[in-house]
Amino acid sequence: MIRLLAFLKTYLLHHLQTAFSSLGKLWESPISNSLTSLAIGIALALPACLFILLFNFTQVSSQWQDGSQISLFLQQSLSDNKAKSLDKKLNTWPEISTTNYQTAAESLAEFKQRFGMDDLLDVLPDNPLPAVILVELKDEVQTEKINTLLKKLNALPAVEHAQFDMAWLQRLRNLNKIGSRGIMLLGILLSLSVLLIIGNTIRLTIINRKDEISIIKLIGGTNSFIRRPFLYTGFWYGIFGGFIAWLILLIVFYLLDSPVNNLAGLYGSQFTLQWYTLLSFFILPFLGALLGIIGAGFTVHQQIKEIEPK
Amino acid sequence: MIRFGGVYKRYPSGQEALSGLSFHMEAGSMAFLTGHSGAGKSTLLKLIAGVEQPSSGQVLIDGKNIVQLSKSQMPIYRRKIGLVFQDYQLLHDRTVFDNVALPLIIAGADHQEIGRRVRAALDKVGLLEKERNLPVALSGGEQQRVGIARAVVNRPMILLADEPTGNLDAQLSSEIMQLFKQFNQIGTTVLIATHDLNLVQQMGYAEIALKQGRVDAGKMA
Repeated sequence: MIRLLAFLKTYLLHHLQTAFSSLGKLWESPISNSLTSLAIGIALALPACLFILLFNFTQVSSQWQDGSQISLFLQQSLSDNKAKSLDKKLNTWPEISTTNYQTAAESLAEFKQRFGMDDLLDVLPDNPLPAVILVELKDEVQTEKINTLLKKLNALPAVEHAQFDMAWLQRLRNLNKIGSRGIMLLGILLSLSVLLIIGNTIRLTIINRKDEISIIKLIGGTNSFIRRPFLYTGFWYGIFGGFIAWLILLIVFYLLDSPVNNLAGLYGSQFTLQWYTLLSFFILPFLGALLGIIGAGFTVHQQIKEIEPK
Repeated sequence: MIRFGGVYKRYPSGQEALSGLSFHMEAGSMAFLTGHSGAGKSTLLKLIAGVEQPSSGQVLIDGKNIVQLSKSQMPIYRRKIGLVFQDYQLLHDRTVFDNVALPLIIAGADHQEIGRRVRAALDKVGLLEKERNLPVALSGGEQQRVGIARAVVNRPMILLADEPTGNLDAQLSSEIMQLFKQFNQIGTTVLIATHDLNLVQQMGYAEIALKQGRVDAGKMA
């Protein structure tokens, strides 16, 4: 047990030493290593910015309306009781989540309240507005199903006209999905480029230290011992790249913040751009480090096998 | 300790470096490996170090046939062999101390143990006060002594040296040879490849003379 602890202590100490000596090596050529980190940073920052913009957009659009709504304008001649029983019946349909029955009088009251044309309406002999049932659809209902449902509702004798209000929102949601998938693909491609940047940089480092690797192999260094400093180099590149990406993010959102607020103000919205500063502060370097280790790992595995002492 | 049985080594180029070489070295003995360049001295050392594989025949080290070692066993085996090179093969971006410590770090020795043993080895080769220097700041003879300290710091059972004095003058060479003698006296098996026949005669140890990939029978000691 004590031996195991001693071994673990030595092992951890060795890891720490390797980590910091790799860091020290990077420090020896600050300019070229900063450029590498900058390239990684830009590759990480681009999808990160787009993702955050998408999150913001998703939030705005979810504020507008959750789910989709169909307005059923009822026949003028329909009695209040019949309308209420239709309302109850609709509630049992599988596609429908809730309904809200609004009498013709209530519609008129709402119209007056919203548009304030009291005088004009008072001139009219009767209430021109029909009674309405507002039908909220369940979220999972697909666009094609909405169309068949719409036909079904239009066919009801009590219904004068059924209108799907949120067609545009559906389109927006689909656009949103395309956008998020596009950003996801972009993210994957740019992550691959991070792997390649790190892999290639590490490959050059290995070539420069070929003699050293060969000597270490001669005096009994295992492959994992030889790999370790290079994996840490990849780790540091990734971490620094992640922090640079985070700084780029801050700059981008600082520049976007006031125009977005102005735009939101024009629409009378309280919306403010969410930066997700804290979250990305942790996620970006973590992601960078992970990509760094993977990229370095691939290259080192390939290269070290080829270097044999002579 | 070292036993070669009918070892052949042919390189892909068709050149035959060893042609049925057989010899034996007792544990704790010391011998010189001599012969013209191309006689197979380096190949022999490379076979013991596991850098090259024989085309046929047996290489038994401490009773084990090292030809059968797997790739993952090879590093562990190499830790029991101390290697000294003609061109020292030091790592130039590390201090003398770190160079000598390398075999211990590789073996996973504990921090205090490393300090103690590195200083003991440097003390033995007379370079204790230079532990913080980089190799480039040392003379050739000093660099070779660092190489020897690195080779013995892990207390190997076999110490192999390939032309260790090839780049040094006579005075330094004999100092280096005295060091090898000292390590042999504490029980390490020492095999030194050299073409410096004067030195071999001075020292008075066994000589394994190679000629065209075989032990030169006419010169058997």
